[in-house]
Amino acid sequence: MSYEVEKLRQDFPLLRQTMRGKPLVYLDSAATSQKPRPVLDTLQAYYERWNANVHRGIYEISDLATQHYEAARATVARFIHAAEPAEIVFTRNATEAINLVARAWGDANVKAGDVILLTEMEHHSNLVPWQLLAQRTGARLEFIPLDGQGRLDLAAAEKFFNDRLKLVAVTQMSNVLGTINPVASIIRHAHAVSALVLVDGAQGCAHIATDVQRMDCDFLAFSGHKMCGPTGIGVLYGRKWLLEAMPPFLGGGEMISVVDWRESTWNHTPWKFEAGTPAIAQAIGLGAAVEYLEKIGLDAIHAHEDALVRYAWEQLHDLPGFHPYGPPPDERGGLVAFTLDDLHAHDIAQFLDQQGVAIRAGHHCAMPLHKKLGVAATARASFYLYNTTAEVDALVAALRKALKFFGIETKTVVTV
Amino acid sequence: MSEFDDLYQAIILDHYRKPRNRGTVPDASVRVDGKNPLCGDEVHLELRLDENGRIEDIKSSGHGCSISQASISIMTELVKGRTFDEGKQVCESVRTMMRGGEVDEEAMGELIALKGVSKFPVRIKCAMLSWTTFELAMAEFKAGRDGAGAMVSTEDEK
Repeated sequence: MSYEVEKLRQDFPLLRQTMRGKPLVYLDSAATSQKPRPVLDTLQAYYERWNANVHRGIYEISDLATQHYEAARATVARFIHAAEPAEIVFTRNATEAINLVARAWGDANVKAGDVILLTEMEHHSNLVPWQLLAQRTGARLEFIPLDGQGRLDLAAAEKFFNDRLKLVAVTQMSNVLGTINPVASIIRHAHAVSALVLVDGAQGCAHIATDVQRMDCDFLAFSGHKMCGPTGIGVLYGRKWLLEAMPPFLGGGEMISVVDWRESTWNHTPWKFEAGTPAIAQAIGLGAAVEYLEKIGLDAIHAHEDALVRYAWEQLHDLPGFHPYGPPPDERGGLVAFTLDDLHAHDIAQFLDQQGVAIRAGHHCAMPLHKKLGVAATARASFYLYNTTAEVDALVAALRKALKFFGIETKTVVTV
Repeated sequence: MSEFDDLYQAIILDHYRKPRNRGTVPDASVRVDGKNPLCGDEVHLELRLDENGRIEDIKSSGHGCSISQASISIMTELVKGRTFDEGKQVCESVRTMMRGGEVDEEAMGELIALKGVSKFPVRIKCAMLSWTTFELAMAEFKAGRDGAGAMVSTEDEK
C-alpha cells in the first residue's frame, strides 16, 4: 500500500491554516506534533459523554471513564509491546517519567560512589534529574562521549561498564543530532554488569516501532504530545517487578490502599505511581493517538520520514554555508539541526516564520551538547508523518531568501 | 509595515552587516562581558574614560543575532563622548521602549529602530544585552574596578 501523505494531512485541521497568506509549513514536530481528527474527536467525546472521575464513582459514567482510561493503558502497553498493562504508568510527560525513576528508584537504590552513565547527547530532561539524584546520594555521573559524526563512541565508554555502574540513561534518538542510538546493544552491555537501563523515548517512540521486550530495557519514558496525542500525558514503562519493588513517587489519593493518621499502605502497580486525579481525557486521547499511528503503521511512518530527511539532506546541502550536525541520513531520524553561514538561528527562525515556515531555533534543551558542538544555537527542522517534499522545498527556498535578506555574503565580519 | 519589517528595519540590518566600533581598546579603563544564555549571544565591551569621566572610546567584540549585534553597534556610537550617567539615561529610555512605554522619539536617534523589537518578547533580551553590559561597565567603573572577571546575564534583566 502506498503512503498517501496528502490524504493523511486531511486528518490534521491545524495544517490547513495559512500563515500571512502562505500555507503553514510546520517543521517542529520534534517539539510537539499536531493532532489528528480522531484524537480531537476522542477528547470531545470524553468531555461530552464520559467525564467523571476514575476508579471511584459508583455510577455509569464514572465506570465508563474508568474503562476508557484503563483501555488506553492497555493500548499503550500493546504499542510498545509491554508484557502487561500494569507496566504502564501514566505521567504528565517523559520528563516526569524520568524524574519518577530518579526519585523513586534512584533514592532507594543508588548510593555514594555508584555510577549513573548518561550520554553527551541527552536532553536536559534526561540529565538534570540525574544531577539531582547525584547531589542527593553522592553518586557519580559519567558520559558516553560522541564521535566526530555525532554518534555514541561506545568503545570509549567501555571502561564505565563495571560493577560500580547502577544505571544507564540514554536517548533512543537525539533531538538535536537526530542520531538513532544502538540501545539494544547498550542494554546488553549494561545487563552484563547488572546495571539497569532507562531509555528516553521522547523522540524515538513516535517515529520508530518500539518493542520493550525485544529491546530488553528496564524503563522507557515518552510523551504523548510528540506522537499525535494531547499535552499533559506521558508514559513510564517499567518492568513489573521493578515497579513493584519501588516506593511511591508522589503521595495522595488513588495511590493508596489504606490510610491511617500516621501511615498508609500503597495501591498496586501502576496506580501506586498515579497520585491524585490523573489526566483522564489526555490518557484516553493518547490511546486514540496510538490507534491512529498503528493504523498507518510505524514502519510506514519511519520510511516516509526517512525519505523526507534524505531529500532534505540533499537539498539543504546546496545552500551556501549549510552545516548540519549529526550523522548522515542512514543513521538518523527525521530531523536536521543546522547552522547557515554565520546567520544566527533566531534570525533564521524569525525570517522563516515570515515565510510561513515554523522551525525551532536555540539550544533545544541540550546546552551541554551545544557547548560540545562549539555552537551557541542551531536551527532545527523536524519532520513527521504529515510532512511533504514540497514543504522541504519551501524550507530551502525560505532559507535561500534569508541568506539574501541578511546579506550574509557581503557582510564584513570583524573578528577580534 | 508588518511587524516583521518593524523588527528588521534597514538601520538594524545596516548595523548588523557593518558593525561599528568593533575591536579592542588597548588602554581601556574598564572591560566587561555580557551574555544571553538563551541564545548564546556574548558581548565583550572595552571602554576608556577621559579625565572628565566621559567615554572617550568604546569597542565591542563577541557574536550574536542581528538584533543584539545591531543594538551593540548603535549603542557604541551613541554613548561615545557621553558620561556613564548620560549613557544610563539612554539605557533607561531603551528599557522603557522595550516594555512598550512612551519615549521621546527625537532623543532616541537610531535606537528608535529597535522599537519593533518590543512586539517580539523573546527578542527583547537580544536588544538589551548591550545595555545590561554597559550598566555593568558603569557599576564596575564607579566601584573603582576595571571589570576583570565581571559578567552579566540578560536573565537578570527584569
